[in-house]
Amino acid sequence: MEENRQRAIITVVGHDTVGIIAKVCTYLADNNINILDISQTIVSGYFNMMMITDLSGKNKHFADISSELEELGKEIGVLIKIQREDIFDEMHRI
Amino acid sequence: MININEVNETNEMIQKENLDVRTITMGISLMNRIDSDVDRLCERVYDKITKKAEKLVSTGEAIEAEYGIPIVNKRISVTPIGLVGASACKSPEDFVKIAHTLDRAAKQTGVNFIGGYTALVAKGMTDEEKLLIESIPEALNSTDRIMSSVVAGSTKTGINMDAVRLMGDIILKTAEATKDRDSLGCTKLVVLCNAPDDNPFMAGAFHGVTEPDVVINVGVSGPGVVKKALEKTHGADFRTLCETIKKTAFKVTRVGELVAQEASRRLGVPFGIIDLSLAPTPAIGDSVADILHEIGEEYAGAPGTTAALAMLNDQVKKGGIMAASGVGGLSGAFIPVSEDQGMIDAAVAGALTLEKLEAMTCVCSVGLDMIAIPGDTPATTIAGILADELALGMVNQKTTAARLIPVIGKGVGDHAEFGGLLGHAPIMPVNTFSCADFVNRKGRIPAPIHSFKN
Repeated sequence: MEENRQRAIITVVGHDTVGIIAKVCTYLADNNINILDISQTIVSGYFNMMMITDLSGKNKHFADISSELEELGKEIGVLIKIQREDIFDEMHRI
Repeated sequence: MININEVNETNEMIQKENLDVRTITMGISLMNRIDSDVDRLCERVYDKITKKAEKLVSTGEAIEAEYGIPIVNKRISVTPIGLVGASACKSPEDFVKIAHTLDRAAKQTGVNFIGGYTALVAKGMTDEEKLLIESIPEALNSTDRIMSSVVAGSTKTGINMDAVRLMGDIILKTAEATKDRDSLGCTKLVVLCNAPDDNPFMAGAFHGVTEPDVVINVGVSGPGVVKKALEKTHGADFRTLCETIKKTAFKVTRVGELVAQEASRRLGVPFGIIDLSLAPTPAIGDSVADILHEIGEEYAGAPGTTAALAMLNDQVKKGGIMAASGVGGLSGAFIPVSEDQGMIDAAVAGALTLEKLEAMTCVCSVGLDMIAIPGDTPATTIAGILADELALGMVNQKTTAARLIPVIGKGVGDHAEFGGLLGHAPIMPVNTFSCADFVNRKGRIPAPIHSFKN
């Protein structure tokens, strides 16, 4: 459980453009956040990506990462959210 | 591992269907703050509330941010002040001092409401409880965040008609005291039968004497999520309908359970219960009436509404029970009028009457809630409506309550505006035949027989 507490889901939604994944991944690498899994689709021109990440090595507070990702999203023109994984686990797994 | 569709489903519930945790309510016992001097008592009460709840709001906000789920309200409930103030208060003014203290403590901690300005008088009233009840109009007029409740009946004790009659009067006085704000005071005053000790929802929240020193109770919501899920089952049979409601209630409640556990862990306060309720707000798409419409009622209040609501209420409980480690409070669908746009529309269209609402309260939580009535309604008529509602709870062994707002200076056809989560409401007509001779009788209605049920 403690391990799960350190996992977070990052979602990126918006118009598809060059370099979205690169920019998000660079940010995560700079902050020592490990990516465990990525899935991505394009739904009617909209870019839709989900990353499962491990925050155990993070060098910042959750709240700071959250607001910096939001800022980064604004720069790229997409919506980036980070949420702890438990909320999805609780809702979809018995 | 979680997949992208599941993540999207959860986030759509939050972003488009108003999924939220409606309230984290911290119950705080004030039993160990009782004092014979009212000023010292106020000081001790303020001290305990502001210390225990110091981090309640910030913790709630942190959980919101990290999980991406809104927690709409952070609130406090305290031990009924009718008990806490009994040895110190010699007049209604003394009780008002405590009300001001609670209001200050609420503002200091940042919670939007504090419940527990309460008298437990189901069987009889102490002199002090009577003083508290008499202080309610001024207490609600001169504070912003106090919620008041009076428990005037139960299945085990019967109905205290002396208290009911008094409350008819007090509701009108509260309306009069706050008439410049569409009698707003009455939106914060509820009369209950079989009130639970662990209710996180206002206005009836208080921290019962059976509870621990401090506890976290959580109320979940999600009418919009249920409605959206039902849209996909258009025309399906009842089995499919019920399964869909249960599954949705399960998902919604699991989020509540997670938030409750997390809040309890971070605050170092034991977790009490989850209140499995469909609590609407005036926001579009956050309506219990809209669910009834989706089930097949043209408007809430049309024939079949009581049956549809009974089914909805039961499925929400069946789905939610398994998702929660402890269930309590009111647990059911709320049917307030002013706080639910679909109910407001139904009342305006003439589909929903006070009498139909009364029938609906037999099968769901909680009662006649947030109903604006003409300001010239006599106190005895209000008491009669209260008595009817309490009788339903008493006989059916369930919580019932009435939160009626006689809007001074307004009548049928007018509209009352309460603002924010309290919403707005059309003034609904009240049966004008008199019940004065009935409610003016002294004493109480005895407890009902507990066998031979028909």
